[in-house]
Amino acid sequence: MTLGRETARSPGAGSAGAATRAEVCVVACAEAWRGDGEILAAAMGTCSALGARLARLTFEPGLLTTDGGALLTAEPAPIGGPAGPAEGWLPFRDHLWLVQNGRRHVMMGAAQLDGHGNANISAIGDWARPESQLLGVRGAPGNTICNPTSYWIPRHSTRVFVPAVDLVSGVGSARAAALGPRAARFHGLRRVVTDLCVLDFGTPDGRMRLASVHPGTTVEQVVAATGCRLVIDGDVPETRQPTPEELRLIRDVLDPGALREREVRT
Amino acid sequence: MTKTMTAEEVAGSLENGMTVGIGGWGSRRKPMALVRAICRSPVEDLTIVSCGGADVGLLCAAGKVRRLIAPFVTLDSIPLEPHFRAARQRGAVEFTEYDEGMFMFGLLAAAHRLPFLPTRAGLGSDVMRINPGLRTVRSPYEDGEELVAVPALALDVALVHLDRADTRGNGQYLGPDPYLDDLFAKAAARCYLSCERLVDPGGLAGPPQTLLVSRMHVTGVVETPGGGHFTDCGPDHARDEAFQRHYAGAAAGRETWAAFTDRFLTGDEAAYQEQVRRWHEEERR
Repeated sequence: MTLGRETARSPGAGSAGAATRAEVCVVACAEAWRGDGEILAAAMGTCSALGARLARLTFEPGLLTTDGGALLTAEPAPIGGPAGPAEGWLPFRDHLWLVQNGRRHVMMGAAQLDGHGNANISAIGDWARPESQLLGVRGAPGNTICNPTSYWIPRHSTRVFVPAVDLVSGVGSARAAALGPRAARFHGLRRVVTDLCVLDFGTPDGRMRLASVHPGTTVEQVVAATGCRLVIDGDVPETRQPTPEELRLIRDVLDPGALREREVRT
Repeated sequence: MTKTMTAEEVAGSLENGMTVGIGGWGSRRKPMALVRAICRSPVEDLTIVSCGGADVGLLCAAGKVRRLIAPFVTLDSIPLEPHFRAARQRGAVEFTEYDEGMFMFGLLAAAHRLPFLPTRAGLGSDVMRINPGLRTVRSPYEDGEELVAVPALALDVALVHLDRADTRGNGQYLGPDPYLDDLFAKAAARCYLSCERLVDPGGLAGPPQTLLVSRMHVTGVVETPGGGHFTDCGPDHARDEAFQRHYAGAAAGRETWAAFTDRFLTGDEAAYQEQVRRWHEEERR
């Protein structure tokens, strides 16, 4: 189903080797920004950031991407490499203003996600005295209510996909709907990419749906690793394979150090 | 017009129960020399307002924090701050947890003497549940939209660390990001500025837009070379990742933390810098 790290890292592998699971994930992340045009692709996590930059290098050239810091880079920057010249400046304060402005599609991580797309990055257990204090809500409430939002989950498991999250940091579809059409008009959950599959919210009531399974993964595997309700709508297609050109860009241009392979189990 | 002070004088000016804002962001350009001085001082019962990093961690470890107002606490390259985590899991600190945009709007409101600023951020999230005092406000115009009214985050004192400052208290940043430091200065009744290097008035070279904090908002200025250590600090010092790992590792155990405190945090700032220098020497061997 997937090839090992050796193949991915072997010198001069170029576009010769078949795609690893991580590379399938990078392309599935990139697909989240298809059709977005000239907006900021904000990404947390390695495969997510690679996806944003790959989309910009291929089918979505209008996207803006960062160096992981305050600079908008003139060209998509390699992960862990020199960022090259800047075409813009986006310090944290302006990034927060941009969330309000709206020309942004963010792909976040999540410690917990439920079947309505509510996300928790703050704390596990009772918030008043958590079993495990995590980051805090960060920008998740504003991100989700103001911008299209996707998620990147490197380890799909029942620990992440839970019946109900302990704290709603990122607003899900049902909660947004309950706010009414005016308050919710900028809310939109696009997709969740995991190491096993792609999920979306293309159901009448905005529930999480299995959109595709990655090559080498079965629907049963996804269901077994998911602790929340999952809509399965007929035959589930397979996530598309990276093209040879995409593999070349991932391996030789954007991530020559193969950091993607450290994020995804093979 | 000279406003130079020592870190001890800044710490000594704080009173129990004060609300203290701290500039920087995560593990970036934090006024750590001032924070270390506060940890050595008798002040307690503080409300800390911060995009938190090691500043919050050290103050929690020293038992100085009654309440934290923050959107996150992180060391960036180490996602979770060990002392903050431990304090929350012990139930030792009260927490007002805001979205990042809400947090900025709270500072903006205070900086402009407004009671609140409206935003969509927070709507529909549990930020509204865990902060039952938060109110919403309805647009008085035709749209009638309901928004979160983020209350002003008015500060008694702000502490910020900049790359350069002059003796009058004008402050300059030379890195890529101003963070929210000028907002902290304006939101506070008193702002104390620490800097990597102090210059005479008129000696701040560089583009005028790097002159971030004006003396009109600054009560005192402290020269603290390496005073941002171990956080990322402009062009002078990258984050000391090795020492940050040492800090986080030591924070994981009672005995290791006692040893860390004993070695690094009991003496003054000069003693701290000297111990850090020796620690790096030992690591290189």
